[in-house]
Amino acid sequence: MDKRMHSYQVVVVGAGPAGLSAAEAAAAQGCSVLLLDAQPAAGGQVWRRDAALGMPARSRTLQSRLDALGVTRLPQSEVVGAFGRQLLVRCGRESLEVGFGSLVIATGARELLLPFPGWTLPGVTGAGGAQALAKQGWPVRGKRVLVAGSGPLLLASAETLQRHGARVLGIHEQLGRTGLAGFAAGLWRWPGKLAQAAQLRGRLRGVPYRADSHVLRALGQGQLEAVEIRAGGRISTIECDMLACGFGLVPNVELACALGCDLDESRVHPLVRVDAYQRTSAEDVYAVGEACGIGGVDCARVEGRIAGLAAAGAPERARRLFRLRSRARRFGKHLERHFILRDELRALADEDTIVCRCEDVTMGALSLCRDVREMRLMTRCGMGPCQGRICGTAIAETRRLPRAGLRFPVFPVPLAVLAGSSRKRPAGIFSGVVK
Amino acid sequence: MSAAKALHVSLRVDGRTLSVAEGISVAAAIAIAGAIPLRRSPSGEGRAPLCGMGVCFECRATVDGMEQQRTCLLPVAEGMEVVTHG
Repeated sequence: MDKRMHSYQVVVVGAGPAGLSAAEAAAAQGCSVLLLDAQPAAGGQVWRRDAALGMPARSRTLQSRLDALGVTRLPQSEVVGAFGRQLLVRCGRESLEVGFGSLVIATGARELLLPFPGWTLPGVTGAGGAQALAKQGWPVRGKRVLVAGSGPLLLASAETLQRHGARVLGIHEQLGRTGLAGFAAGLWRWPGKLAQAAQLRGRLRGVPYRADSHVLRALGQGQLEAVEIRAGGRISTIECDMLACGFGLVPNVELACALGCDLDESRVHPLVRVDAYQRTSAEDVYAVGEACGIGGVDCARVEGRIAGLAAAGAPERARRLFRLRSRARRFGKHLERHFILRDELRALADEDTIVCRCEDVTMGALSLCRDVREMRLMTRCGMGPCQGRICGTAIAETRRLPRAGLRFPVFPVPLAVLAGSSRKRPAGIFSGVVK
Repeated sequence: MSAAKALHVSLRVDGRTLSVAEGISVAAAIAIAGAIPLRRSPSGEGRAPLCGMGVCFECRATVDGMEQQRTCLLPVAEGMEVVTHG
């Protein structure tokens, strides 16, 4: 693409299952569609391309369909800001302005990562993080890996790591047996999920799965060497090379926030508020999938289709999918109801534990701050390049303090990208810019 | 899944040339090169990727002269020059 203004009837941000489905539905109705994503390959996280094993079949099929429908794809691109119906997009090292008739936000979720002593050591990653790294060719063969945290992602992560040659020493789920049994007992309503769980357990035969078990500390000198685990009432230290630890998923609402969409802030982690057609409070802006609350891949796909059809002016077709969506959304509710984090996890970090990894701010330094604004002003917490995506989320979870509002740009960009934009810039545009 | 073709590209990580499978990320190539930690935090701690999906910014390195690149989002390319700051 060159520097000219580009305009599409429908622009979809995020090429995971939700975004791919939205783009397909809108393009099939005859709309001009642009699909952009930060990753080099489409698929999002759940359908991430595996450098060694290729693309999941369902993602490949959907992508061929998009290509046949003439959807323009813009990989390695991020929306940096919005000015009315214009998006400022960073595409590689270039900037691009994109106009939209309708916009579909399909920005997915990130992991909930909670600070504990030693979590900044190389070798400690998220659970989904370790899975993503293994799929992008990170060497895990022969490595001793401990998988810990909470949620069904632990099984998927362990299975991917094992498939890439890692020695998975164990899976440590913080939820107790009763909670897990409650979750499993309700799974019959989603036979696909049940089959998937059974398949993963089958492939992970021989890997101990411990309920009621969580990380206390990661130990090592400059590199992870061991993990201290509490299992039931017992504390033990396990030597390992990698710790894959994540406590669930959190919706990515930053872009929606920048576009002025109303958020549902009744929970610890905000969601984008949408109506039956996936419309947000901002005109012609839709949101789908995990950004509207964690619901899983089936939910993402059906919501993507609903938004794509509605954006393309085919609401009657979208309506036919409402029942399917209700069923898929109930799975998200089921997850949320059962995978409840225990209070101890919010108190794992001690005084010296770094909470803001970008700026090296410790829990102790934050203890006097009453809110997130004070944290920023007094300690620089949340002012690094991740813009509080990791620490702000962790603080929201551990201290129940609301996250600070996001400022322009949505992602840090080189000055050259901003200089390439012809738009009038709002005041304070340079906060958060990485040189 | 379909198996990806096992083509190789060569790139340099901290001056050392290595040949890696096409389609892997620069972050993965850095790990294969043994250049972990790949950056230092403000207080001097060695760091490595955390999230693997472009959110945490722990995997930043200089790629082809461009500083602060999230290497987990970048695929390797022939002749690429990567400089870590670990």
